[in-house]
Formats: sequence, C-alpha cells, structure tokens
Amino acid sequence: MREYLQEILALTMRWVRRLSREKFSMLFTLVQPMLFWLIFFGNLFQRAADTQVVQAPNYMSFLTAGVVVMTVLNNGLAGGVDLLFDKENGFLERLMATPIHRTSIIVSRFLFVMGITALQILVILGVASFFEVRPATGIPGVAVILGIGMLFGIGLTAISMAMAFSVRSHGDFFSVLGFLSLPMIFLSSALVPLAAMPTWMKTLALFNPMTWVIDAVRPLILSGWDAAIPSVLAALGLLLVFDALCLYGGARAFQRAVG
Amino acid sequence: MNAVIAVDVVGLGKTYDGFTAIRDISFSVQKGEIFGLLGPNGAGKSTTLRILITTLRPTTGRATIFGHDVIREATTVRRQIGYVPQERAIDRFLTGREHLELLGALYHLPKSVLKQRISELLKLVELDQHADRVAKTYSGGMKRKLDIACGLLPNPSVLFLDEPTLGLDVQSRLTIWEYVKRLRDQGMTIVMTTNYLDEADQLCDRLAIIDHGQIRIIGSPQELKAGLGGDGLTVTLEHPTPEMLERLEHEIRSLSCVRSVHARSQGVHVRIDAPEKALVAIMEAASRIGGRIASVEYHRPRLDDVFMAYTGHPLEQPDPVSSGSSSL
Ligand SMILES: Nc1ncnc2c1ncn2[C@@H]1O[C@H](COP(=O)(O)OP(=O)(O)OP(=O)(O)O)[C@@H](O)[C@H]1O
Ligand SMILES: [Mg+2]
Repeated sequence: MREYLQEILALTMRWVRRLSREKFSMLFTLVQPMLFWLIFFGNLFQRAADTQVVQAPNYMSFLTAGVVVMTVLNNGLAGGVDLLFDKENGFLERLMATPIHRTSIIVSRFLFVMGITALQILVILGVASFFEVRPATGIPGVAVILGIGMLFGIGLTAISMAMAFSVRSHGDFFSVLGFLSLPMIFLSSALVPLAAMPTWMKTLALFNPMTWVIDAVRPLILSGWDAAIPSVLAALGLLLVFDALCLYGGARAFQRAVG
Repeated sequence: MNAVIAVDVVGLGKTYDGFTAIRDISFSVQKGEIFGLLGPNGAGKSTTLRILITTLRPTTGRATIFGHDVIREATTVRRQIGYVPQERAIDRFLTGREHLELLGALYHLPKSVLKQRISELLKLVELDQHADRVAKTYSGGMKRKLDIACGLLPNPSVLFLDEPTLGLDVQSRLTIWEYVKRLRDQGMTIVMTTNYLDEADQLCDRLAIIDHGQIRIIGSPQELKAGLGGDGLTVTLEHPTPEMLERLEHEIRSLSCVRSVHARSQGVHVRIDAPEKALVAIMEAASRIGGRIASVEYHRPRLDDVFMAYTGHPLEQPDPVSSGSSSL
C-alpha cells in the first residue's frame, strides 16, 4: 500500500511539474477561457435574456452554474490527452515496463485532472462573487458543487482515457473530442433553461448528463437548500450510473491496450 | 563455468489482427552475455523485445527471465529488467535528473541509494553537466544517453536495448558500445536489437539473425562466419543486362570450385573454395558471356555474407551518421 501511494504521488507530481514547465498552458489553465464565457457572455446576454425565463436575478448568475460544469466537461474530456502522447512517444511503455501497480498511472491522472478542475471551479466562483453572484447555500454549497463536479469529472476523464488508449492516432482523438464537446454544451441547460427550449431540444437535453449536473448546481447557487436537494439527489444517482459505465469502459480499453 | 540461462524463449509468436509479426521464435541467452537480434526493418525485433519486457502478450509460446514467466510472473520479471526503448521515450518537460528520480520512486529505491545511484549514472553517461536542464533542450545523442541511464537505474540483471545506436554519430556509437561491454563485464546480461552489421559483429557475443518474423540462424559472429566456409568474391560488370547476369550466374554455378552464387544488381556474389583457381575461372566465364568486368572484390567471410546466405537477400544498411540528425 505504501508503495502504491509512492507510485501515485510520483506520477502525479510529474503532471504537476509538466504543467508548471509549460508557462503558456499554465496561464491558460488559470485564466481559463471559461472565465471569458462568464464575464463576456454574462454581460453580453444580460439584456437579451429575460429574467422571467432564466429565473435568476441576472443572466450572469444564471450562467455561473453552466460555466462551472463546462469547465468540468472540458477538463474531463481533455484529461486523457497527455496519456495519449505518452502512448505515442513510448513513455507509457517505459512506465509499464517498471514494476508499478498497473493502475497507478490512471489514478495519478484522475487526481491531477480533478485537482486542477477543483481549483478552477473555485476561481470561477471567486470571480462570480466579485460580480455579486454568491452561492445561496454558502460554503457547504460550494463543497457540494465541488463534489458533484468531481463525480462528473471522473466519468468524463474515464471516457477521455478510454479514447486515448483505443484511438490509432491523436488526430482521431481530437476529432472525436471536437465532435462531442459542442453538442454536450448546446444541448444542455448550460446557456438556456430547459423551460425555454423547443420540445425536440428539451428531449435531447434531458438525455444529456450535463443538464442534470447543471440543474443540480444551479439551485445551489441561485435558490438554496430546499430547492436544491431534490435535483442534487437526482444528479448523484445519475452520476453513479454514469461513472460506473465510464469506468467500466475505461478499464476495458486500458486492459486491451496494456494487457 | 556453469552456464546460467538468463532469458529463455520457446516458440514465441505474435499476430496483430491477422498479421503475423513473429513466428516460432526460440533462443536462450546465458547470464553475462550480449545477445543480439539482427534484422532489417519490420523483421519483428521490437515485437520480440516487447514480449520479453512484459508489455506485449505473445499469441503463442512462452518466455522466462531467470525462470520467471513474463506473463504469469510479470511483476517479478519487471523488477529484474531494465529497458531502453527504440524511440526516445523522454518527457520533454522534465530534466534528466527528474526522469531518474521518477523511475527511482517507481522502483521504490531507498532515498539514500537513489541519490548516489543517480549521480553515478549521470556521470557514466556524461550528462552530469546537463542533469538539471529540461530534456527538450537535449540533442538526440543526449536523449539516447538519458534513455540508457533510465534503463540502468534499477540496476537490472537483464538489460534490454532496442536499437541503442540508431541515428547516432560515430563517436556516440563507440561510447555506447563501451558502456555495454563494461556492463557485460560486470555480469549484466544484455539483449539488444540492431540492424547494423558492424554493431552485431563487434558488440554481440552471440546473435540471432531474424527476418520476416523468423529466426534464420543463431551463433557467435565468429561461428557464423566460419560456418559459412569459403571466401567471398564480388564481381561487378560494366552495364550488364539482366540476361547477361543470368547467364553469368549459370556459367559460374557449373564451376567446381564455387560453392554458391547470388545475383546482385550490377554483378554476382560468389562463395569460393580456392581463390587462385576460382578467380581465373570466373574471369573466363565473364568473357564467355561477353561481359566486361568493372571490378572484382575479394574478402574473407563477413557478417553480411552470413546474412545473405541465411536470408537470401542483403541487409540494407542505413547510414548511421546521415540517417539521424543527432550528435553530441
Ligand atoms: N501494434 C502493431 N499493430 C500492427 N502491426 C504491428 C504493430 N507493431 C508492429 N507491427 C508490425 O509487425 C512487424 C514487426 O514490427 P517490429 O516493430 O517488431 O519490427 P522491427 O524489427 O523492430 O523493425 P525496426 O527495425 O523498423 O524497428 C512490422 O511489419 C510491423 O508493421
Ligand atoms: Mg524495432
């Protein structure tokens, strides 16, 4: 067990170190594009959005939940990229030829992606509070938001890693990624509430786990515990199933790739 | 001295979705020897090595490292081996020292031992001056040396080297040959692949010639060359037509002092018993078919003759210097 932890720690530190060496991507990780969504679209659509429709004091407070979950989505789906590069340049094989527990690499990646995501969520909530958007459920609410975000992120990262282990080239990986992420965002309640969607869109959005996660995070920010608890429970139930499926798929892909 | 078997491979085969990469590979390597797999691109050298380092499952056959099965006892095997992959498996954003520290943690080496070992290794591969620079600033040769240091970090009983000098300049190649010999002299067992004849000839104690996924012959370079018998003669004609070459080959084959003839693009390659008689007879044969001899080259048996004799084709030699853009 101590050895397992030592492996995970060393491999996680490698990801942290890489990030700190890549000055550019470090900058973009901290000052993320998602913040621009929040500030730019939050203000831009302020007048276009009807507060009756979004059921929020202003569009930015409505959008915050969506931006939090979009961050989870982007980080999760991109979570396997570095493993893909490791696979392509042979570093993964070098690691696999050492006597480490086979799952150390995967676990280190989950830890890193989840850690970065949690940090980013806190940055987003911090910036939002600067614009007078403060979670109605306070610090415990923030903890629940983080928890839900992590649960969703685990499944997404598992999908990304499964893809990294199964694709033939990184071109394939990035095209699937691009294909997945936009519809996941637009066919969800990230930008527009379900109530304001045409029926066909609403039906599709209901099949999108993004919607469920956002609809659990949003009342935690806008309303309070009474309104939030039912949707949080629904989201937790859904995420357990989602994670189980994704982890199963990920484990299969990993086994096929490295035996 | 009693020979201990370090690596034992029996009937190994690997099929990638219907394509057979290697078939029925069997050999054994004794403790403390340098064993080489010599073959052209795509022969199946890396595939064989990957099975031995436990990262690839064979389709058929089995392999053991000091008696431990590479599939059933993979973890035990991994504790005893070091691996230097063919591609530079380097993390561009880590320094040389950080590579070794990472591996040290993965092999669970005690801190005090690790520190000592890292500085020894960095000195050995002459990277101590550059240990704290990120690897993307390294030259090709420096990366290769870091690769080798990584392979040596666990102080393995068996070291697997996949084309250790591919794309290196002459000086770096010689340096690496020196390390490898020194390691062997300290008792390490080394299994390496190469597609350089000179490397196989000068570095390997024994080697297997592998072509199209199969082993053609195994032996020490000396044995293989001596086993061939006879000397080599390469006759090149001036502007030969294919028909002329065919007739020449036919004429020479009927000579009594000739062991074998192979056509080459501009002439023929002949194995002969008695050079004095054969030379004259072959020149006469050439003039009978109306060919003009451009050059005649006579040599003792070489490893490329061995390769030719057992695979039926020459081993095309990538130029070690110009094929890679790296230097020290
Ligand atoms: N993952 C794979 N999927 C399908 N075919 C593969 C795979 N890996 C190798 N092959 C094929 O197996 C054969 C042997 O490959 P291998 O890499 O073992 O050759 P090699 O002797 O190491 O060649 P080189 O000198 O170029 O490194 C090649 O024809 C190659 O195309
Ligand atoms: Mg190879």
